[in-house]
Order: sequence, then C-alpha cells, then structure tokens
Amino acid sequence: MTPSQAVEQLRQRFGDAVNVPVLFRGETSVRVAREKIVEACRFLKWECGFDMLTDLAGVDNYGTEPRFEVVYHLYSMTNRCCLRVKVPVTEDDMTIDTVTGIWAAADWHEREAFDMFGLKFRGHPNLKRILMWDGYPYFPLRKEFPLAGMDAELRDPESGAGRVEVAPMLGGPFVPGQGSPSSILREPQQVDTIAEEQEKLAHPNKKESV
Amino acid sequence: MATEHQIELMESAARAQEAGDELRGERMIINMGPQHPSTHGVLRLVLELDGEEIINVWPDIGFLHRGDEKLAENMTWTQFIPYTDRLDYLAPLANNVAYAYAVEKLLGLEVPPRCQYIRVVCAELARISSHLLGIGTFGMDVGAITVFLYTFKEREKIYDLCECLCGARFTTSYTRIGGLANDMPPEFLPMLRKFLAELPATIAEVDTLLTRNKIFLDRTRDIGVLTKEQAVDFGITGPILRATGIEWDLRKAHPYGGYEKFDFDVPVGSVGDCYDRYLCRMEEMRQSIRIIQQAIDNMPGGAWNAPEAKIVLPEKKAVLTKMEELIHHFINVTEGLNAPSGEVYFSAENPKGELGFYIVSRGGGTPHRLKIRAPSFVNLQALPVMAKGHMISDLVAILASLDFVMGECDR
Repeated sequence: MTPSQAVEQLRQRFGDAVNVPVLFRGETSVRVAREKIVEACRFLKWECGFDMLTDLAGVDNYGTEPRFEVVYHLYSMTNRCCLRVKVPVTEDDMTIDTVTGIWAAADWHEREAFDMFGLKFRGHPNLKRILMWDGYPYFPLRKEFPLAGMDAELRDPESGAGRVEVAPMLGGPFVPGQGSPSSILREPQQVDTIAEEQEKLAHPNKKESV
Repeated sequence: MATEHQIELMESAARAQEAGDELRGERMIINMGPQHPSTHGVLRLVLELDGEEIINVWPDIGFLHRGDEKLAENMTWTQFIPYTDRLDYLAPLANNVAYAYAVEKLLGLEVPPRCQYIRVVCAELARISSHLLGIGTFGMDVGAITVFLYTFKEREKIYDLCECLCGARFTTSYTRIGGLANDMPPEFLPMLRKFLAELPATIAEVDTLLTRNKIFLDRTRDIGVLTKEQAVDFGITGPILRATGIEWDLRKAHPYGGYEKFDFDVPVGSVGDCYDRYLCRMEEMRQSIRIIQQAIDNMPGGAWNAPEAKIVLPEKKAVLTKMEELIHHFINVTEGLNAPSGEVYFSAENPKGELGFYIVSRGGGTPHRLKIRAPSFVNLQALPVMAKGHMISDLVAILASLDFVMGECDR
C-alpha cells in the first residue's frame, strides 16, 4: 500500500477529520484532527501496515493559529514507505492523546515534546522531563524562549552549583571586548593575584619592591 | 589445616544460605552512572534489584543536552554543519553527509557523482571507525582488553585519513550544502588503499580473539534478547534491528547518494542477542571495505560541487577577481542560502542506526524547526525490555552491545 492509498482509506474512514494530503519532495503528509489521532494511528498501524513510529516531533509555529503541531513519522516495514501525520494543537489547550499504547517508541519522543514545548500527552504512563531536569520552569524550544537561555534554579540548589545563568551571546569569558578588563583579570584565579593586578593597574609607575 | 579450612567455608556457605532466604524478594534501588565506565558517556541508570537480578531499569538521560535543535533555528543552514560533528562524535563524517543530503532534499538539489562517491567513502569510513570502537569497548566491558588495543590502532589510521581529507581528525565538518568543503587531496587515495589492505588483518585478529572465545560467548549469547516485534515496536534501527533478523538497511531499502550503484550485503542475525549484534557489526565492517573498494575503483572525475552559484560558495580565486562571484559569496555568507518553504524528512543509515533530520523551512536562510531523530535516543529506550531478568554484569554487556553515543542521544 502506498502512502497516498493509505491516506485515501483514512479519509474514507474518518471523513472531515483528515485533510487533503500534501505532497512535497516525494513525501506525503496529512493533517488529522486532534480528537481522532489515536483512532487514526490505530487504523494506520493495523489496517495500513505502518508498524513503526520513526519519529515524533513538536513544532512551534509562533504567530499562526493553531500555534503548535505534533508531527508523527510513520514507517511501514512491509510496504517500505513513510507517511507523515500532523496534528494541530492550540495554545489554550495543549493536551493531545498519547500514542504510547500503539507504538512503544512513542514514550520518550512524547516526553521530549513535553519537555521542549509543554505539550501534554493525555494518558502517557510517565510524562516528565527527559532532557532538561525535573522542576525546570521553561520550555526551551518554544519560539519566545531566547537562545541565550533564561535564569533558572538547578535541580539541587544545595549542591552548591546554584543557578543556570543567561549565556553571553557575543564573546564569552575569554574573549576581549572594548572596555573589558585586562585578560589577566578575566581569568579565574586566586583573589590575591587579582588584588595585586588591580594595584599594578592603579599605579603603573610604581616600582615593584624586591 | 586443609580440612579445617574446608569446614570453615562450609559454615560460611550455610550462613549465607540462611541470610539469603531471609533477604530473598527484598528490592534494592541503586544508581549506576552518570560517571560509570560502562555507560560510555554520561548515562545514568536507576536499577531496581533483587540480589543481583535486575527487576527494572530507568535510564536517565539529558546530561549532555546542549540544545542543538534550538541552536539550529538561530543560524544559517551551513553554520549548523559543525554541530552535526558533535552528534554522534564517533562518526562525525557520517553525520555531515546525512545533514547535507537532508538540506539538499529540501532544496531539490542533486550533487555530482564524484561528490556522491566521496561521501560514500566518508560514510563507510565513519562506519568502520564507529564499529571498531564499538567492538573494542564491547570486548573491554566483558573483560577482553586486548581487542580494544587492536581496534584503536586501526581507528588511529582512520583519523589520519580524516586529517588528510579535511584537515581535522575529529570534528571534520567536511560536507557543504551542495558539495564538499574541498576535493580529495592527491595523497588521500593511496593512503586509503593502504588502510583497506591492512584492515582485514585486524578484523581477522578481532575475530580470533572474540568470535569463538568461550568467555565472550558465555557473556553475550542469549543476553539482552530483543525480538523482531519488540524491535519494530520500539522503532529500533541499525545493527540492533538487523541482529533480530529483519533485513532492513536504508542504503538498500531507500538508496540515497548513489548507494544503489554499489554491491554489498546486509548481514542479519537470528536471535537478536548481544552476540548477534557483535556479529552484525563485524560483518558490516567487511561490507564497508567492499563498498569503499568499489568507490575507489569507480571514482568519477569532474566537479565535486553542484553547479549552483546561489547555494555553493564560489571558488576563492573567482571571488577575488569577478563581480558576480563576489556577490554570490557575500549573500551566501551573510544571509545563507535561500531555501524554499516546505518540510522534508531525510534519514541516512548511520553506524548506530537511522539518523533522520526533519526540517521545517519557512523559506530563507535558517530552518524554522530542525528535529534530529537520533538512533541512540531511540535504541536506548528499549534497554529496560532487554535488561529485565538479567544480572548487573549482563547489563554491562547489553549496554556495550547497544553501542550508543550520548552526544547524539541528548543532542
């Protein structure tokens, strides 16, 4: 069965819940309504032979409505073909039913989509953060999250590491810039060396006592 | 004295027996990693044990998360190539090739045959390098340290080849969108031929050290078995999938980059245990030698970059002397190549499995979304299924046979 035949069957079965498929660079993608995703996936797996979930990705289309998308890449081992299923998710209600009951592979992928976008997969057996740490307050792959990162507390503030800080976008701790202190001062070192160095800078003509 | 000693032993054995009865069924949770030598990177495992038997495993990943997908959204298509080196850092060349093909698929661009052949050589060298490391550390993890020394000696030569090819040993960044950073230098092919002549001897040596080794067989056979159904259910790819007996290789199933012109076999296992995974990797190296040999013999001449002035950087000499080229160079470097809007998924058969790039483009010089489907991430997910009911020492063998890389898993 080719992907377009599968989509045809899917459209016959689910009617308006399935959009017209889009073909681009030889790949078929089809949009399915959020309410029907589990049924549609079950149909695709058992009736159309898409026995493998290759990938599951969240996408943030900031500025358009509905804002988020969950993208499933299905693969059929028997027919050797790929189908992309996309489900739009609105920002006000970010829940979507889990497909972990259909493909075991969905488990970590859905956790990652939750971790990065805050998409809530209803019925997931263990929906918690996977790449970021438990208790991290933001969703880093959303478009409003800055590349530099956001100030946040670490999982274990008592360990001494404390916080994550916003990263410098230009330069870095060892790159000189206009008006920055001398390279010796920028390097991490013992406190008394810094004091000595500052003293030297303040009184450049003072001879060192031997 | 001897008899007395024996009696003591028997007494202590009886005591252990008694205590064992009391403690049987008591569960213990212990932590393995993230700085454990057998976890090959920063993987943390939480184990639930009954004695030494594993009841459950919870892998905890993310220690090496660098936000590669976020970074990709903030740079041009070409600027992301160095980041692909750092995905599966044991096979950077293969990642470079996969990423370049993914973006070229979005652009609808085909590279010239010479470029394809050089990329095939790159990808197969990366496969050999990755498998040499995988098998070397596999041996080491189950107690055969010698193998590691032999395979690392060979890997060193691959790094020399990388250095000759692109100037860097480790972070190669060799491909460009629509071609390569530079053509093969004239010294490269003789070096490669020499390497291909020497490699089979090392593979044979490893073969004699491991394949019929009683200890190795005991440690790996029927350990961490994955059935065909489980493997497909978990989306497993690469040698681990083939070890279960499914003949599925992207180079054969969906040939890309000229792989349809090469004659090679896809090894499959029958049981799906650690030993089969080892055998698959061994045979894949031999097949890679065959592929590289064919690539060298039929290496086409001609251009190694696609003739697309708006995508591929022009020659430096032309940039310095001609107006048109100067403009193209300037636009390409500052704004990036102008990709059409649309979305593609491209996957390549990497040493660890299927490395896929799902690209959403809204046009212009940067991706709107770039999802990396990392084989290590997907393959590691099946660890609890494989490890349940085995001993902790078997877990070490299973981890080694999975041959994952955390750089790719955590991205």
